[in-house]
Amino acid sequence: MSIDSAPKQSWWNRISHPGQFVTWTKPLLWPLTILTAVLFVAGLWFALFNSPQDYQMGDTVRIMYVHVPNAWLSQFVYGVMAVSALGTLVWRHPMADVSMKSAAPLGALFTALALFTGALWGRPTWGTFWEWDGRMTSTLVLLLIYLGIIALWRAFDDQLRAARIIAVFTLVGAINIPIIKFSVDWWSTLHQPASVFRADGPRMPGSILTPLFVMFFAFTFLFLTLHLKAMHTEVKRRRIATLQRKAAQGAAS
Amino acid sequence: MIDLGPHAVFIVWAYVGVALGVGGLIGWTILDARLTSKKLATLEARRAPK
Repeated sequence: MSIDSAPKQSWWNRISHPGQFVTWTKPLLWPLTILTAVLFVAGLWFALFNSPQDYQMGDTVRIMYVHVPNAWLSQFVYGVMAVSALGTLVWRHPMADVSMKSAAPLGALFTALALFTGALWGRPTWGTFWEWDGRMTSTLVLLLIYLGIIALWRAFDDQLRAARIIAVFTLVGAINIPIIKFSVDWWSTLHQPASVFRADGPRMPGSILTPLFVMFFAFTFLFLTLHLKAMHTEVKRRRIATLQRKAAQGAAS
Repeated sequence: MIDLGPHAVFIVWAYVGVALGVGGLIGWTILDARLTSKKLATLEARRAPK
């Protein structure tokens, strides 16, 4: 069969080759970086100079513009890891565990920042930095799950074997995501219920929604950029491990 | 500088904390990428036929 008559591979199969994945996605890095930077400049301008004070919270509403995007990412990144875990267990896709591993430290940091900014927002509005209520406690549990996953990746030398075990752990841990989401409805909490994504529309004016959405997209594109870069690095790290293994085998024989 | 009102310290620390966290994450991602690329280049150069 000549090259011309060979059946064309689907994009799914093409990105399953780590080297091809890096080649195909490398041109995306700079446009993503520029888009993220532009969104952050616009978002910070809206958040610090254009946003009005809230009629109840005053200027502390500005903390929302960094708190909500980090809180969103803490759950979104876990969603990416859970889908990647399915990719590892169901489709055995070679890039799925690379995605899963690369996302974990990013998710951990966004979760830590959500807790940090939440505490700083809570003190002037609720009178306390911390309360063991449903939303805050389940978010702390999410941070501990992320840290556990990072520790598990470091505990295994064989990363392919690690991927299967961590994929199962990740899917079990995913039960915490709906708990975080619905904690404010199920239990009496200090944390307010959903006020942006509601069936009857957002409960805030456009002048506050605009900075929130711009910062939301800025943080989301920041994650996408860093995740892609970290995946490229992980592919190289695995290539290093393969080369070192071959060198060790060559030295032994 | 805009007037952030009586709770300015909480707002400033929230933004400073996020800037340090995100800046650290970007720096770590870039440093990790550079060190890994360098190590791979060294190993591949060692493997190249002489």
